[in-house]
Amino acid sequence: MDATVQHTGEEGATWGGGNQPLKASYGKLMMWFFIVSDALTFSGFLAAYGFSRFKFIDSWPIADEVFTHVPFFHGNYPMIYVAFMTFILIMSSVTMVLAVDAGHHMKQKKVIWYMFLTIIGGAIFVGSQAWEWATFIQGDYGAVETKGGKILQFVDTDGNRVALRDIATTIEGDRVTHESKNGIWYDDEKELSEFTIQEIQAGFAASPNVLIRTQTLTERGEKTVLSREESLKRLNKDAVAIVEGANLRHNEYGTPLFADFFFFITGFHGFHVFSGVMINVIIFFNVILGTYERRGHYEMVEKVGLYWHFVDLVWVFVFTFFYLV
Amino acid sequence: MAHEHKLEIFRGLLKFKSNVSKIWGVLIVLSIVTAIEVVLGIYKPEFLIEGTLLRMKYLNWIFIILTIFKAYYITWDFMHMRDEVKGLRRAVVWTAVFLICYLVFILLTEGDYIFDVYDTGFQSWDF
Repeated sequence: MDATVQHTGEEGATWGGGNQPLKASYGKLMMWFFIVSDALTFSGFLAAYGFSRFKFIDSWPIADEVFTHVPFFHGNYPMIYVAFMTFILIMSSVTMVLAVDAGHHMKQKKVIWYMFLTIIGGAIFVGSQAWEWATFIQGDYGAVETKGGKILQFVDTDGNRVALRDIATTIEGDRVTHESKNGIWYDDEKELSEFTIQEIQAGFAASPNVLIRTQTLTERGEKTVLSREESLKRLNKDAVAIVEGANLRHNEYGTPLFADFFFFITGFHGFHVFSGVMINVIIFFNVILGTYERRGHYEMVEKVGLYWHFVDLVWVFVFTFFYLV
Repeated sequence: MAHEHKLEIFRGLLKFKSNVSKIWGVLIVLSIVTAIEVVLGIYKPEFLIEGTLLRMKYLNWIFIILTIFKAYYITWDFMHMRDEVKGLRRAVVWTAVFLICYLVFILLTEGDYIFDVYDTGFQSWDF
């Protein structure tokens, strides 16, 4: 060991090492590094969403008409549930920062309690997110798709939405789902929807009070409603398929890109919340076991706290760009 | 460092006695802002959706400004950026702000251009 220089005589000097210009520990700085890079990842996704939205600026779905459900309640409540989710996440951020504060004062009992509340808040949020997805995938009123991939929805003369099942008439037919065992190439098709496009067309012709609403937005930011003649023409000439709910290829609420970005961005965020909950659980047990009490400081709680607040920070932006703007 | 907290928000307009009461104070601020956003989002006041600034509705500008306002308080008070040294604060915030502004500008400009191509081109996209 004598071959290496142990002391330079510059300890404490600016370049002697051992001084911390940012006055933060290694672990905290690394967490900030990660947060900056993750923030750039999320802004990449949100900017891509903005790109696609600007591309279809005159026909993008209206979020208020897409997310209108609240669990256990019937009716039309736009924004309410997502506002609740936002509040839950902010609340769990508050309990997290209270845990950090209790950690600074070395109050183990309080840290345990606040970490527990944070985990519960995170779990409620992830559950709500799953419910939101399920509702979106299942769909609402249903719509038909045209040859050009555009969505046509049905409204009555007052502008209220009309569901496919309220329009469709039954036409007797023997069209059955094609299964892989019947074909040469072992292909099957996805489950047939309850109605055929012919049933919708016949039903629409028979209900004079129903009109078609296109994807195109008016000056005032509302969807364009066609006249009865135009509606009949559009439905009989262009409509090719039934769309119920949303997936990566079809979306009854409008352009499939909306669904793609919704699944991708809220999914990526939900995954962050999920991993945040997992990390919080690990730290929670460490706190219970007294790891940080023995270590003499609760900086680990502060570090996972940074991550947890970051997840909340991202949600604030996701909330704005998916649900408000 | 970590144990000393700056207890003022709104540039010293609001001072708190302890870190815990500051946290609750910030929660109240964030909740009020979120409530304003939700109410505006549900009712969409007429005068805010009619006018535009830089081709975006006033209402959307309000949403974005309120979002950045909330982001500031989450970062400054929940993530304790207020208590960090200037160097760390700038390294984190300016890096992100510059790169994000650049990316958003480029992508939105390109998206707008493609919209024009779809809108005024000779190809029909709605058939």
